Amino acid sequence: MALVWSLLAQALHVALILAAAPVLAGVVRWLKARMMGRRGAHPLQPLRDLLKLLRKTPVLAENASAVSRAAPYVAAGAAIAAAALVPSFARGMAFAPLADLILVAGLLALGRVAMALAGMDVGTPFGGLGAAREMSFAALAEPALVVVALTLAILAGTTNLDAIAATLREGGLGLRVSLGFALVALLAVAVAENARIPVDNPATHLELTMVHEAMILEASGRHLALWEYAAMLRLTLWLALIAAVFLPFGQAPAGAAPHLWMVGLLAWVAQMGALALALAAFESAIAKMRVFRVPEFLGAAMLLGLLGAVLLFVSTRLT
Amino acid sequence: MLTALALLVGALLALGVAALALARSAAGAKTVHGACVGAGAVLVLGGLAGLSGGATALDLPFGPPWGAMRLALDPLAAWFLLPLGIVAGCASLFALGGIHGPVPARLLLPWPIFLAGMLLTVLAADGFTLLLGFEAMSLASWALVAHDTAEAENRRAARIYLGFAGFGGLTLVLALGLSAGGAGDVAFAALREAPPDGWRAAAVFALVLAGAGSKAGLFPLHVWLPLAHPAAPSHVSAAMSGAMTKVALYVLVRFAFDLMGAAQPLWLGMPLIALGAASAVIGALRAALEEDAKTLLACSTVENVGLIAIGLGLALAFRGADLPALAALATAAALLHALNHAVFKTLLFLAAGEVLHGALSRRLDRLGGLIHRMPWTAWAALAGAGAAAALPPLSGFASEWLLLQALLAAWRVGDLAFQIGVAATAALAALAAALAAAAMVRFWGLVFLGRPRSPRAAGAEESGGAARIALLVPAGLTVLLGLLPGVMLDLAEPALRQLSGVAAPRAGFLAVGAADGGARYWPLAAALLLAAAVGAALWAVRRRAPPGIARGPTWDCGFIAAPAHLPFGDPATQPSAAGFAQPLRRMLGDSLLAAREHVTMPPPGSTAPARLDAGFRDPALAALEGPLPRWRDAVAAQAERLRDLSIRQCLGLSFGAVVLMLALLAWLEAR
Repeated sequence: MALVWSLLAQALHVALILAAAPVLAGVVRWLKARMMGRRGAHPLQPLRDLLKLLRKTPVLAENASAVSRAAPYVAAGAAIAAAALVPSFARGMAFAPLADLILVAGLLALGRVAMALAGMDVGTPFGGLGAAREMSFAALAEPALVVVALTLAILAGTTNLDAIAATLREGGLGLRVSLGFALVALLAVAVAENARIPVDNPATHLELTMVHEAMILEASGRHLALWEYAAMLRLTLWLALIAAVFLPFGQAPAGAAPHLWMVGLLAWVAQMGALALALAAFESAIAKMRVFRVPEFLGAAMLLGLLGAVLLFVSTRLT
Repeated sequence: MLTALALLVGALLALGVAALALARSAAGAKTVHGACVGAGAVLVLGGLAGLSGGATALDLPFGPPWGAMRLALDPLAAWFLLPLGIVAGCASLFALGGIHGPVPARLLLPWPIFLAGMLLTVLAADGFTLLLGFEAMSLASWALVAHDTAEAENRRAARIYLGFAGFGGLTLVLALGLSAGGAGDVAFAALREAPPDGWRAAAVFALVLAGAGSKAGLFPLHVWLPLAHPAAPSHVSAAMSGAMTKVALYVLVRFAFDLMGAAQPLWLGMPLIALGAASAVIGALRAALEEDAKTLLACSTVENVGLIAIGLGLALAFRGADLPALAALATAAALLHALNHAVFKTLLFLAAGEVLHGALSRRLDRLGGLIHRMPWTAWAALAGAGAAAALPPLSGFASEWLLLQALLAAWRVGDLAFQIGVAATAALAALAAALAAAAMVRFWGLVFLGRPRSPRAAGAEESGGAARIALLVPAGLTVLLGLLPGVMLDLAEPALRQLSGVAAPRAGFLAVGAADGGARYWPLAAALLLAAAVGAALWAVRRRAPPGIARGPTWDCGFIAAPAHLPFGDPATQPSAAGFAQPLRRMLGDSLLAAREHVTMPPPGSTAPARLDAGFRDPALAALEGPLPRWRDAVAAQAERLRDLSIRQCLGLSFGAVVLMLALLAWLEAR
């Protein structure tokens, strides 16, 4: 019976994440527009855009190889698989034993490599430029993520997301300063991985400093829809990850009855809304930084994460 | 089995001698390489048999004056036979496919001897046999590196490699001498009985680290590797990167984990961890900046050897801190990564060889678009590049996942300095893995994607037959090892128990992970989830979207149309190797590799082009090539003065030397 419930929770979670991704992207855009004094498009506009793109026949360059056709599916599949692992409203879902933070990072890396290769497939300068920058930023974001994983692994004894969420939910962890540092570091990594301001601007095209859009410049039709959807899923995944680890309130524990799922669902929607609001406010208030300032931004994130881990070492000695 | 392997050593040596005669015809060369393919298969079988059976020993009926040569096959040696066999088999098969006429004897003769040397090193059970195998391996591979003396670059590589090979052999002789102590018995059984302690242990460890570490490519003695590995023919590069570095690591493991005894202090692992982290970062960063395909792959070998060294260092530290379960985890990560790296690096080097054969260049700036002309090579290389970039569900991810788990658990060793050190090492290992991903994207993307950058790349052709099989076998193994690391760890269990002292943590066939309820990685389940997600995306899109695609001309970002003599477009409008490396060169290269960028602008009004001069320099090579030749010249100048001595002074010198030796002997006897 428990297996049935966990499978049901997993199926609901996947459906929820898949449906939430375009809505979340639309809500963030709408909130940003509001804060900047514009009316903004309807929050469902990204979904409508996706459906419109799906109806169009993609146009590929004459010398495009199979990579251009396969990469969007690999990237979207990797994003879906990763999103299926990050807990949302309930813990103890069917894939919970699989939900390892490093595996999620690996799946995101797979999507990133697929995108970089797609950008290089046709041999245009823009695609290669974007791919080079994307891989370089990732090289600096990864250490920060691992240092955060170290802090979490020390607290929870494992890198399994489900177990981390459970440990942090139960609390009683003593010094929380480390978690604060880890949160700031993880936020910086999330901003970089999702190509948001100040690292990249998701709203521009054909700007010399762009990264993410440069790689998918050649994509159109259903391929572009898949790229866009994968990006939305990644944003949802990162916000859900931050919510699950640092805001573990209301989440239904493993093996809980379905009525607790409703509570978890409401709590999750509230958390995601709050995070979307914070993201929109942050992006409206700050300017995009120069490309070669990004290493300092991510380096600071890594140092903060390291500081959190060191504080934890010291504090475990004191107790 | 051990007898068969000992006979195989002899057979390979005989094959090397016979190669002198066989080299005159293509059929003879094919016989030699075909026999080496068979030898590779026997090695894999020997490894499997050694892992499932117990340890066996064999005394050969001949040897040095003071005793017989001893061989032994224990689980540790058997595990290292696996990468050796796979690499030897695939590389020989690739060489077999590339033979279209007589092969010069200087290229054919050292190859079986090289394989025999590596096998002998792994099987050795006394110091003399170990050194014999190690030196045979070094010299045979040197002969292969030096085969092409036409280019100054190759001559320099061979010269530097010979220096390092001599240095490595010398330090190992000293290490064995120090371990043997007064009795002078260098059989491994005798060394195990009386492990060195105190300063002698530290000295032996430092010497082994210098000798075996320089052969494996550990920072700062890695500088010969990116020079020598690419200079050899491609199948030899594959064997040097895939197998020879592993044999060197085996020597390191044999000394550090076995011959130096089980009771070692915690700090012994620290230099290995620090050097491993430095190698990983420097190697990965250089791989992301190099512009020659084979040099790039050799730098990636430095990175992977660094990662393995981190795992071994952690295992040593865990043993010292009496945490055997964690030691088994770290050892599992190191051994599994050694096997995985051997397979995927062989694949990548052979693919680079196939590209060199088909498009006649190793320079990234002269390749491009080869996925259209060489599809088999491209897709096989993609599997290897994905594994090197540590992407799930390929093999590199499984072992690097285990390594990260060991690093994330290392804070359990109580010492605060060690905790901070491993936290930084975890960050550096992640940096190296991500840099490797950038390097592999750059390598595969520039070589196989885009448009051709030279007419030869536009007309490249790939070969079929044996060379294609030699690419597909390691590609299949890379996927298989990625999906079933649990099976491999179950297989490696005797070796892990031998090194860590306890039964290794078993997570079943389908998963890998630490023992105590920690995180688990389920590769097969993750791969199925990924496949299901990709399938779902495909199904959902296909249901709504119209089928088919339209083709249109490429928008070339506003560059003027290419001239008529460039039917494949202007290469200058594509990302170049230096251009693709620019972000990382600016972000990390400035501080770590003394990277420079200099733009020379023409004066106003001049129509001359602006020139960008970009490059970097490995600080270790600069340090080595600066003072070392100066010292050598100074010593040589001093030695020259000996020639002018009178007969009286010469006799005095000899007499003084004899007195000094006798005094040393008397002092040693008195102790």
